[in-house]
Amino acid sequence: MRARRPEGRWLLAAAVAALVVVAVVAISLLVWSGMPADQKGAVSDAVAGQILTLLIGAALGVAALVAAVARLVGRYTATARRLTAETRLLLEANPEHRLDRSGPAELTELATAVDDLAERRRVAVREVDSHIRAAQASLTQERNRLAALMAELAAAVIVCNVDGQILLYNAAARSVLGDDAAVGLGRSVFGFIDRDLLAHALDRIEHDSATSSHVAITVRGEQLLQVRVAPFRGPDGGITGFVLLLEDLTDRMNRSTRRDDLLRDLTEGTRSSLASIQAAIETVMDYPDMDADERRQFLGIVREESHLLGRRVETWVAESGAHAGAEWLPTEMSVADLLAVVCRALEREGTVAVSVRHGAADALWVRVDSHALARALAQMAGRLHDEVGVGELTLAATPDGSHAQLEMSWPGPPPRPARFQAWLDQPLTGLAASSARDVVARHGGEIWSGGPAGAAPDLRLLLPLTEAEPQPAPHTSLDLASRPEFYDFGLFDRQQQSLAWADRDLGDLSYTVFDTETTGLDPTGGDQIISVGAVRVVNRRLLRNESFERLVDPQRRVPASSTAVHGITSEMLVGQPTIDVVLPAFARFAADTVLVGHNVGFDMQFLRLAESRTGVQLTQPVLDTLLLDAALHPHHDEHSLEAIAGRLGVAVLGRHTALGDALVTGEVFLGMIPLLQQRGITTLGEASAASRVTLAARLDRSLYNS
Amino acid sequence: MPRKVLIVDDEPNIVVSLQFLMKKAGFDTAVARDGDEALTAVEQFRPDLVLLDVMMPRRDGYEVCQQLRGSGWTDLKIVMLTAKGREAEVTKGLALGADAYVTKPFSTSEVVDTVRRLLTGG
Repeated sequence: MRARRPEGRWLLAAAVAALVVVAVVAISLLVWSGMPADQKGAVSDAVAGQILTLLIGAALGVAALVAAVARLVGRYTATARRLTAETRLLLEANPEHRLDRSGPAELTELATAVDDLAERRRVAVREVDSHIRAAQASLTQERNRLAALMAELAAAVIVCNVDGQILLYNAAARSVLGDDAAVGLGRSVFGFIDRDLLAHALDRIEHDSATSSHVAITVRGEQLLQVRVAPFRGPDGGITGFVLLLEDLTDRMNRSTRRDDLLRDLTEGTRSSLASIQAAIETVMDYPDMDADERRQFLGIVREESHLLGRRVETWVAESGAHAGAEWLPTEMSVADLLAVVCRALEREGTVAVSVRHGAADALWVRVDSHALARALAQMAGRLHDEVGVGELTLAATPDGSHAQLEMSWPGPPPRPARFQAWLDQPLTGLAASSARDVVARHGGEIWSGGPAGAAPDLRLLLPLTEAEPQPAPHTSLDLASRPEFYDFGLFDRQQQSLAWADRDLGDLSYTVFDTETTGLDPTGGDQIISVGAVRVVNRRLLRNESFERLVDPQRRVPASSTAVHGITSEMLVGQPTIDVVLPAFARFAADTVLVGHNVGFDMQFLRLAESRTGVQLTQPVLDTLLLDAALHPHHDEHSLEAIAGRLGVAVLGRHTALGDALVTGEVFLGMIPLLQQRGITTLGEASAASRVTLAARLDRSLYNS
Repeated sequence: MPRKVLIVDDEPNIVVSLQFLMKKAGFDTAVARDGDEALTAVEQFRPDLVLLDVMMPRRDGYEVCQQLRGSGWTDLKIVMLTAKGREAEVTKGLALGADAYVTKPFSTSEVVDTVRRLLTGG
C-alpha cells in the first residue's frame, strides 16, 4: 500500500493536468466553432505560425501544473500520514505524546483536535485509575478486616467455593479439626464433610425460602461435629460458595451423656431406696405387735437406705454440680484483671474514689462475666455512697480455698443488713432484668456485707476459681502479618482443574515443598529418615501457617557425624512416631499437590523405601529445584540451595532443619516460576521435560568425570 | 439449770427430730418457723444456742445470723443448717458470725455432738 502512494500523488497530478488540457482544448474548440470563417483563417494562420512556441508553452504550463498539484497533494498526504502515525503512537504506546503541529493549516487544526481528545482521554483514564485504586484499597481493607475478625472469632469458620475448595478459614477451624492435612487454602472441605451434606443443605435452602442456613451433624473419627452451612450468592444470584460454621460437640455430648447417666442413677437409686424405706416403715406401723428384733431389723433398713440416698446426692453434686452453671460464662481472667475492670467501672461512675490493694489472689483465675460483675459492684458502691455516705473504697482479693474472695472496704459505717438485702434485689442499670443477686448466683458465688460486730465494714464477694490457668487461644501466637495467610480469594472463581497435571500452568498448581533429615546418606545401607518438614504453596504464595513438621524415630542410633549436620540426637527421637506413622500423615498433607524439593531424588529414595513397607504411595509429580536451576543456568556449576537463594535474593534462615530447608526451597521455587516462564517453561509438563534434559546432561557429565 | 436451744426451721418434719434429740440431750427447747419468728423468739426465750436453717421464707438464716450478731447477741452460739452445702455458703455463714455449720442430711449424733461441744466450750 505505502509503496503505491507516491504514484497515486503523480497520477492525481497528471489527471488534473489532463483535465486542464481537455478543458483548454474544449474551450478552444468551442471558441473556434463559433468564429466567422474570416477570423478562423486569421487565427489558423497565427497559430500555424507560432505552433511550436504554443506547444512548448502549453507543455511547460502542464508540467508546472502537474508539479504544483503533486507537491500540494504530497504535503497534505505526508502530514496526514505523520499525524496518523503519531496518533497511533499516542493511542497504543505513549498517552503523553502530543502531535507535531507543523503542516497545512487544516491539518494543524486536526492535530490540535486530536491533542484535545488525547488530553481528555488522559484525564478520564487517570480518574478511572484512581477510582480503581480506591476500590482496591477499600477491598484490601475489607479483606484485612474480615481476616482479623475471623482470626479473633472463637467460632470455627471455613469459607469455600462451590467446588468445596477452601478460600478462608480461621485458627479456631484449624483447632477444631486439629489436623495438618484437613484445613488449608485450596484444600477440599470434602476431606471432613460429606459431599452429600452440602448438596442436601443446598437443596433445603433453595426449596425453602424461610431457610438461609442448614445445620447438620457429621461424624469424623471420634469427633462429633455440628456444621452450619450458609451459602452465599454471586452478583448473578447463583450460589458461589458456602460459609461453614463448625462446632465440636464431642465434649458437650460426652458431658451431657455423663450427666444423663448420673441423673438416671440418681433417679433409679432414689426410687429403690424410697421403696425400701416405705415398705419397712409401713410394715412397722401396720404391725405394732411385731417383736423387738423384727422392729430393729426394719428400722435398720430405713437408716441404711437413708444413708445411701445421702451418698447418692453427694456423688451427683460432686460429679455434675461442680461445672454446672459456669460453662457459659464468657471470659477467664486473672483476679488482678478483674479488680482492674471493676476499678475502672467504679471510676467511670465517678461517685467514689477507688484504690486497689494487690495481694496473693491476683494470680488466681476466675471465669466471669466481667461486665455484669462490674455493674453489680458499681451499683453497690453507688448505694453505699448515696445511703451510707461512703466516699472512698479499697478493692482487694484474698484466696479462700477453691474460691477467691473479693473485698470492697471503706472507712465508715456498714449498711443496715435489711437495706443491703434490698440493694441486692434492685435491677442493675444497663443490665435489664438482672439484679446483683442474680449476677452473683449466675457465677455460683456468694455476696454479703459486714462480718461480726467490731470488724471493719466491707462487702465480700466469693467467686469460684477455675481449675487451672487457661491455655492461650491458638491464634494469639500469630502476629498480624501472618494473618492474611488464612485467606486467599484468588481461589474464589477457580473451578477445579480438569486438565491433566502436565498441561496445568506452574502458577496455578498447589505444591508441597518438603525436606527430610536422615541418619546418613545411604538409604539402602540402612540409613533412615529422622525428620520431615513441609510447607504448602498455593496460588503462588508460600503458606507458612500450613506446615508439617515431624521428628521420626529411625529405630537405630543417629551417628554423631549426622547429628553434627542437623543437631538431632538419638535422645530427641525417643517416643517419636516411626516412619510407618509419619509417611501416611505426610501423604495426607501432600495429597493433590505437586511435591517439590531440593535435590529431591535423595529424599524420594528414602520415602520410596518407606512406601514399600507402609503401602502408602506418593503418586503425584515431583519437581526438583536443583534440576530446574540447572535448566535456567546451564553454565553455572553451583546449584546448591544457598547459591540459588543468593541469586534470587532469598534470605536463608533456619537451614538444616527439615522445615527450615523446606521454607527456603519454597521461596526459591516461587522465585523460579517467572524465570521459567520467560524461558517458555510454563506448564508442569514443560518443567518436567526441562528437568529430565538437565538430569540427563548431569548424568552424562558425571559419567565422563568419573 | 438446763441450757436452752432454739430450733429455727420451716420444715416441720426435721423440727420433730431435732426437738426430740435436743430434749433427750438434756436441753430446754423452743421452735421458730421463719426468720422473723426467730428474732422474736431469741428475745423472749433467750437461748444459749440457735440451730438455724439457711433457706427460709421472708428472712433467710444469713440475715437472722447477721441481725443477731449486730444487735448484741455476741455470746449466743449459732449453728447453721443447710441443704445446699456449697463451700461458698459455709464461708459466708462463718463470715457472718455462725459458730458451726451442719449440712443436711446429717447424722443425728453429728448435730448433738456439735451442740454439746459449743455449749460446754469443749
